[in-house]
Amino acid sequence: MDLREQESSLKELTADILAEANRQGADQAEVSVSVDAGLSVQVRKGELEQVEFNQDRGFGITVYFGKRKGSASTTDSSARAIEDTVAAAKNIASHTEEDPCNGLADADLMPADLEDLDLFHPWDIEPQAAADIARACEAEGLSADERLTNSDGAQVNTQQALRLYGNSHGFIGAYSGTRHGLSCVLIGEDDAGMQRDFWYEVNRDAQTLPSPESVGQRAAERTVARLSPRSAPTGSYPVLFEPPMAGGLISHLLNAISGGSLYRKASFLLDSMGEQVLPEWLSLTERPQLKKSLGSANFDGDGVATREKSFVNAGVVENYILSAYSARKLDMTTTGNAGGVHNLDLDGPQTPRADMLKQIDRGLLVSELMGQGVNGVTGDYSRGAAGYWIENGEIVYPVAEVTVAGNLKDIYQRIVAIGDDVDLRGNVRAPSLLIEAMTVAGA
Amino acid sequence: MSDVYDAARESILGASDIGMADLEQTLGSLMTHSIDYGEVYLQAIRSESWGLEDGIVKDGSFSVDAGIGVRALAGEKTGFAYSDDMLRSGLNQAAEAARSIAARGQDRQPVAIQRTDVAALYPAVNPITLLDEVAKVRLLQRVDQVARQADPRVKEVNVRVSANHDVMMVLATDGTHGADVRPLVRLDVSVIVEANGRRERGNAGGGGRRGLDSLDADGWADELAREAVRMALVNLDAIDAPAGPMPVVLGPGWPGVLLHEAVGHGLEGDFNRKGSSTFANRVGQQVASSLCTVIDDGTLDGRRGSLSMDDEGTPTQSTVLIENGTLVGYMQDKLNARLMNVASTGNGRRQSYAHTPMPRMTNTFMRPGDHAPEEILQSVENGVYAVNFGGGSVDITSGRFVFSATEAYLIENGKVTAPIRGATLIGNGPDVMNKVSMVGNDLALDGGVGVCGKDGQSVPVGVGQPTLKVDEIVVGGTQA
Repeated sequence: MDLREQESSLKELTADILAEANRQGADQAEVSVSVDAGLSVQVRKGELEQVEFNQDRGFGITVYFGKRKGSASTTDSSARAIEDTVAAAKNIASHTEEDPCNGLADADLMPADLEDLDLFHPWDIEPQAAADIARACEAEGLSADERLTNSDGAQVNTQQALRLYGNSHGFIGAYSGTRHGLSCVLIGEDDAGMQRDFWYEVNRDAQTLPSPESVGQRAAERTVARLSPRSAPTGSYPVLFEPPMAGGLISHLLNAISGGSLYRKASFLLDSMGEQVLPEWLSLTERPQLKKSLGSANFDGDGVATREKSFVNAGVVENYILSAYSARKLDMTTTGNAGGVHNLDLDGPQTPRADMLKQIDRGLLVSELMGQGVNGVTGDYSRGAAGYWIENGEIVYPVAEVTVAGNLKDIYQRIVAIGDDVDLRGNVRAPSLLIEAMTVAGA
Repeated sequence: MSDVYDAARESILGASDIGMADLEQTLGSLMTHSIDYGEVYLQAIRSESWGLEDGIVKDGSFSVDAGIGVRALAGEKTGFAYSDDMLRSGLNQAAEAARSIAARGQDRQPVAIQRTDVAALYPAVNPITLLDEVAKVRLLQRVDQVARQADPRVKEVNVRVSANHDVMMVLATDGTHGADVRPLVRLDVSVIVEANGRRERGNAGGGGRRGLDSLDADGWADELAREAVRMALVNLDAIDAPAGPMPVVLGPGWPGVLLHEAVGHGLEGDFNRKGSSTFANRVGQQVASSLCTVIDDGTLDGRRGSLSMDDEGTPTQSTVLIENGTLVGYMQDKLNARLMNVASTGNGRRQSYAHTPMPRMTNTFMRPGDHAPEEILQSVENGVYAVNFGGGSVDITSGRFVFSATEAYLIENGKVTAPIRGATLIGNGPDVMNKVSMVGNDLALDGGVGVCGKDGQSVPVGVGQPTLKVDEIVVGGTQA
């Protein structure tokens, strides 16, 4: 199966939908199409547990009548459904109120031609072969330590995705990508009870996925290391965030400088353009057209061409994260970020993880965060955490049932080092982050 | 009841080339393989949502999502596939993919399916059409005005009204044949207030399984607007929260998210069958203080978490999970019930036809106790009184859970004093439940905004509790 084969017929369908919107009187219209297909196979304790085939198709249509807007979506692409869907969007637009900021992005912002970002590498794998890989992964993990007594399974997942956007400027663009993943969740037990942890890998190209055994081993190491956790002392301590957790911390900053949060005045970084929000040795740069990268895209949700830019340069906010709509609300120009950022890097001098640990006399290494204790309006931050206690630069015992808290504005200013262990699995490509001090609450 | 069935069947199959004979044939084709249970789930969901921002109703969207999910179970194995075409070709393809987990066996007699009719807990209406567009727009504008008039410090108001018309039909090789029409509506208000350069947010929301017209009645929506403003103004005066272990009193209603996280997830059948829950193999043991009786009840009239039948066609029920502190039962779907040799408790739920069912909660709450809420607060010398929460999560293996307060106060010498900034509370399920030392007489259920996530699937749920005192739990403030 190859989803790219549907591209030309979906482009024709998109043109038909735009023509239908025009026929029903819309001044402007835009269509987003997403098609996904894939397979996931889960194995638990050596036995096949679940085989799931997924295939999804969705059409989203937005029409503008003057400055009034209506949207509708459907999973059915029959001519009748398309007509009904456009009519439903039109009906809504006849009741919404005029918003001067509504409308398509300017036509000259759409990409003239689309560079091939090398995102599509289908993996032609049968469920049985996928199960064998998952089995090898889980078996390697479970055999690593006798305290690993149970498993929540290992999974192989392969997905193809086609994204298409067209509007009444005459632009119709599409790109396709694949994602292949391998994950393993293990459960360990000792006298103090059970703990779980996991590891996963994901890649555009299955050929470059790490071996199943290495994923199982990593899951095993992480799970065993968490057994018999203790609490941590309550007080103000340095906190080192592992890369996936650091990525979350940075995404709160991105949210705070996003147009939607800013024009709603729901941000703790209101009017921060030109202000120092990070240490001056640190920059946040978006590189949206990296070849083979998981976050790459040629154009954003408005059809606007993506381009490389800094949001924060040498610690100072240089660009907000804007769509066509939020840019108009703020009297600015879109940055090609309708739908978010694509491949965000933390640029600055990196410190090896071991050297970061050595900087900590007493502190916490955070490997897991829980809960939703982030207030985007005030920046107040308080989340459940688990990880490891550090004394004199060494990990001394696992920690659980503690919280880490502070205000994000201060937390960002107190970043004292970033690691060399960048996590490339997410859209925010974060390394470890060392925060000089946060409030840890425990025993 | 049969009119619910007829309405559902017409809504799903009316425009399709699939007839009942095709569905029975599909079940038969699943039974020619060594499959214990085969199931076809058909669904059509219509959703609508309108949003107000900056004083104008600026967006609205309508969506239709319809499709067929086919599931085959063999031992502990699940084969699952779905199609978003409500067509015979889609049905056949999904069935073929789902049964690929099992080898072809001897032909068996197809089972006779039998209509399950259950008592309807909500009207079989399309909630979207029960209020016309002009009235929907007026409702949003009125809520905006009420919020702005409530206090001059209100700077931003966001209002959203949404409605789902979810129609399902399920047929299975165990003879199941049920259908349901499930209306669901909600209204959300979010405000930002500003004073002396400080900004805070307040939220309120509610809804249930009823028509959109109900949101426009009795000044109910106006109350939500005033509640959102009240909460935001309280937070304008909030001081830094304390950090460390201390007594916490939880208010009635929505703080029942405690139960959802601390015990609810850990008592879902799948985790206990696999032995991955901290509550596994503990039926008959004391897992909470003797003051605690916790129930999951899908049969409450019109509640957000209620269902006349679950997504496997099993009638929902009231299931006692913990009785006077003792663990008495788990929540089950068909797969886990069969493997654990018990009956389904009507907790088999799925996000949609494109997802597999799992044991999920419905409305989870604690029975009331003897104490007046004032009495409970007076018993605390120094602690925290938390009345509103943003949400929570749990690690069912270790039992660790968190939930984050969005409105909380200090308790000093038995009196509720200054409001404190939002703080996360963290503890271990059985541990915290054993530290429940007082239970109020003021049981309340939440207003109807709960969304529960598990394995990437979201379903609407309800929670509730009376005022509770926990003798010690870690409060994650900044004042160490």
